[in-house]
Amino acid sequence: MQAQPVQTPPDTITRVPPRSGISLRINGEPYLHTGDPAMPLLWYLRDVLQLTGTKYGCDSNVCAACTVLIDGKRALACARTMETLAGSDVTTVEGLAGPDGRLHALQQAWIDEDAILCGYCQPGWLMAAADLLRRKPNPSDADIDALPNLCRCGSQPRIRRAIHRAAAQLLATKAAK
Amino acid sequence: MTVRVPLTRRRFLQIMAGATGALIVGVRQARADDGDTPLALLGDPVTRLGPYVRIEPDGRVILGARDPDCGEGTHTSLPRIIADELDADWTRVEVLSLGPDLVSGNDSLHWRYGHQRSGDGSSIPAAWQDLRTAGALARWLLVQAAAQTSGVAAANLRCENSAVIAPDGRRFDYGSLVKSALRQAPPQTAPPLKTPDRFRLIGRPAGDVDAEAMVRGEEKFAIDQYMAEALTAVVLHCPWPDGTLDSIDTQATLAIPGVRKVLQFQPEPGQPLGSTPIANGVAVLADDTWSALRGRDALKLSWKPGKNANASTAAMEQRAHDLLQSQAEPTRHVREDGDFAEAAKKAAHRVEALYTQPFVAHATAEPMNCLVRIDTDRIHVVTPTQSPQEALTVVQRLTGMPASRIDVQVPRTGGGFGRRLDHDFLAEAVTLAKATGTAVKLMWTRDQDLQHDFYRPGALHRMQALLDRRKRLIGWNVRKASASVLAGREVPADRLWTSENNPDALPAGLIPNFSSTWYELDSPLPRGPSRAGHDVVDAFATQMFLDEIAHVLRKDPLDLRMELLGEPRMLPGMAASIPIDTARLANVLQRVAVRIDWRKRRTNGHGLGIAFHHIDGAYCAHAFEVSVRGERLRIHRAVCAIDVGRVVNPLGLQAQAMGATVDGISTALGQIIQIRDGRIVQTDLHDYPLARMAQLPNEVEVISIPSDLAPTGASIVAMPSAAPALASAVSAATTIRVRRLPLMPELLRKL
Repeated sequence: MQAQPVQTPPDTITRVPPRSGISLRINGEPYLHTGDPAMPLLWYLRDVLQLTGTKYGCDSNVCAACTVLIDGKRALACARTMETLAGSDVTTVEGLAGPDGRLHALQQAWIDEDAILCGYCQPGWLMAAADLLRRKPNPSDADIDALPNLCRCGSQPRIRRAIHRAAAQLLATKAAK
Repeated sequence: MTVRVPLTRRRFLQIMAGATGALIVGVRQARADDGDTPLALLGDPVTRLGPYVRIEPDGRVILGARDPDCGEGTHTSLPRIIADELDADWTRVEVLSLGPDLVSGNDSLHWRYGHQRSGDGSSIPAAWQDLRTAGALARWLLVQAAAQTSGVAAANLRCENSAVIAPDGRRFDYGSLVKSALRQAPPQTAPPLKTPDRFRLIGRPAGDVDAEAMVRGEEKFAIDQYMAEALTAVVLHCPWPDGTLDSIDTQATLAIPGVRKVLQFQPEPGQPLGSTPIANGVAVLADDTWSALRGRDALKLSWKPGKNANASTAAMEQRAHDLLQSQAEPTRHVREDGDFAEAAKKAAHRVEALYTQPFVAHATAEPMNCLVRIDTDRIHVVTPTQSPQEALTVVQRLTGMPASRIDVQVPRTGGGFGRRLDHDFLAEAVTLAKATGTAVKLMWTRDQDLQHDFYRPGALHRMQALLDRRKRLIGWNVRKASASVLAGREVPADRLWTSENNPDALPAGLIPNFSSTWYELDSPLPRGPSRAGHDVVDAFATQMFLDEIAHVLRKDPLDLRMELLGEPRMLPGMAASIPIDTARLANVLQRVAVRIDWRKRRTNGHGLGIAFHHIDGAYCAHAFEVSVRGERLRIHRAVCAIDVGRVVNPLGLQAQAMGATVDGISTALGQIIQIRDGRIVQTDLHDYPLARMAQLPNEVEVISIPSDLAPTGASIVAMPSAAPALASAVSAATTIRVRRLPLMPELLRKL
């Protein structure tokens, strides 16, 4: 099993047949997965790419610690196999900040509200919240209630505040433009 | 260069130079059993230094955090205690997680960093004892250096933001003083600590030091760490806690690409729980997690139950019932004040109730895992632990490697709650690494985590209260049956009661005829430490029963509690040396009552509940407002007042109070571990539910009580009173008395 950014070989080198595999983009970079097509995205991200921000938490699709965005929409990385992802665009928590490294409004709000506690489930919440704000730029408490994520430490009240704070920040920025 | 400054007979400060010319200051802790050995005979001081403060010539201040941070905030609060005394610029502080270090001196071994344990509320009180002095000494040396450089007397210099400032405005950055500070003659005695009016960081809010790395997904938990040569191991334990492997066919597993080995492991006979594998099991080792998981799925194996093949939760409960109904002599008289039996003869009224609480699991966010590499002359371990010293001890026992050659790395940890005071998973990883001869990255899946935990034991409480003709509470009798957390842990039989009872638990000391007895139960389920442990189950029974008494007396539950506390006074503790301050208890109770507007009658069907508790000099109360519509329980408000003495980090304290309150709610609402036919019933988070956002209050309103008293721990005290306040509010809203947890199934059954 190997993964590497797709590269065009220089012409001077003897041509080999192109390697077959599943090509997809992760955080804007192209990748080619040549391993088991049935491998869940979660283990590809963690074991192969060592993008470990996406966390393992359960085996019954209930904890949402592995939430990522696939083609902009919320998905559980543990429940999506690589074979379903050809041509997809995946964003993980490592890709949430801007290309210049600037924190996303949600990440800043998480810091400002000190919503971390143990921190393990927070990447999943951040990605689910990013999906929520895309759908509902000004989410209600009921919208936030509908998020599937679990937090064992009990940071939910601060997470709620952080989402409201980020939403207000993004709306204000938009209004200013 | 190394110099030491005595603090007490057994502790002294140490100064030395780092390789880069840095100034390093630490606290040296002698072994408790050093007894009266004179300081001078304690051995080579250099190797016995606990370095906490390192100041680099470029001005960076590196502070060691000795207790693991599993979400308690210790990696923020402990360094801030040092930084305040040092007058360090917090924005230039780097925090370094300290692993365990066992060092030897004159025929004796001791832990370099003293206290190194998290999750039992002991980190802050321990730090208050010794960490401040390390900051103070470093600051003293820097001031001496600045005095020499500036020609100004040390007494006229002040410190601020990592700089010494002269009266004429000249400013000497700490970095520039390091070289000279190292040449200063040390003080004869420890420099004085700051008076609280000069605190700059203590008492001010600070966000988590690792927050940015966390939100970027860059923080590396143990489970996120890899070694190129390590095989990933996933395990399957015998579903019967005491069962064995009957047959195994590994052919299909070994045919899966990437799978390298299938190994069996066993608990070592005679070893205490938590230092050896928890059950018989099989490990599949592969190149990566996915291959290992596939390999595990392909195993063809059968297990044989042990002697507890027929054990069931129902039978255990029945046994507890029978025991508490019987006239059997209790395993332990926990406390007897006055004469309950005599008072019972004269009592005008009697109130009785039975409370049933289940076994629960820890379900930490980050599952059990461990990365270990054993070389011929060195062992490297990365693991989530609440007790690095215990982790090292287990590695040492299993490998025979000298402690100095064992490197235990303690990253930020995804929750502990007591689960990681045990190191069975680490013992598995080390055993596998020894057997394979390769590095091993062990990871438990969630089913293994829930089915092979050291559970918080359930309990049955049979409560009796006596009232006289004037309806005063004159007698209290609590008979409790539970399985001890300490069984199987090399604790003498006559001490097993201590993990299940506290002789000072409320309302002990407040009622003239008081009897508390404990009946030991046997259980095939392994038990272990948990957040606030028996305090949680005992507080539930006590607080719910107080409500029942208030109901019988037609008294307001708050009034009953205030009357019970009576005049402000200090109740001497029987078990702990810390007396109980009834004024502080009354205060937290009053504060939540006022905040939730307790006296205002709700006409909208909402119910209110109130409860309080204390642990080791920390005090807490909760008040809840709830409604039940159809089958939906809504928590409209949750108020928590907490008094832990001086608050080191208000933001951190609020986080702990919020988290413990949510933990209390979540556990009470739906969590239960059951056994049927000797096997654990629950398999994953779908049938062991953590509360979802919609079930929780939007806010936990935390009232932190300002105090000048020495700080106590904050991570556990806000857990016990949450569930009874919630259940009491549910009773008020529905008139259903909750006497059994978890609450939701019970409520739906009775509605």
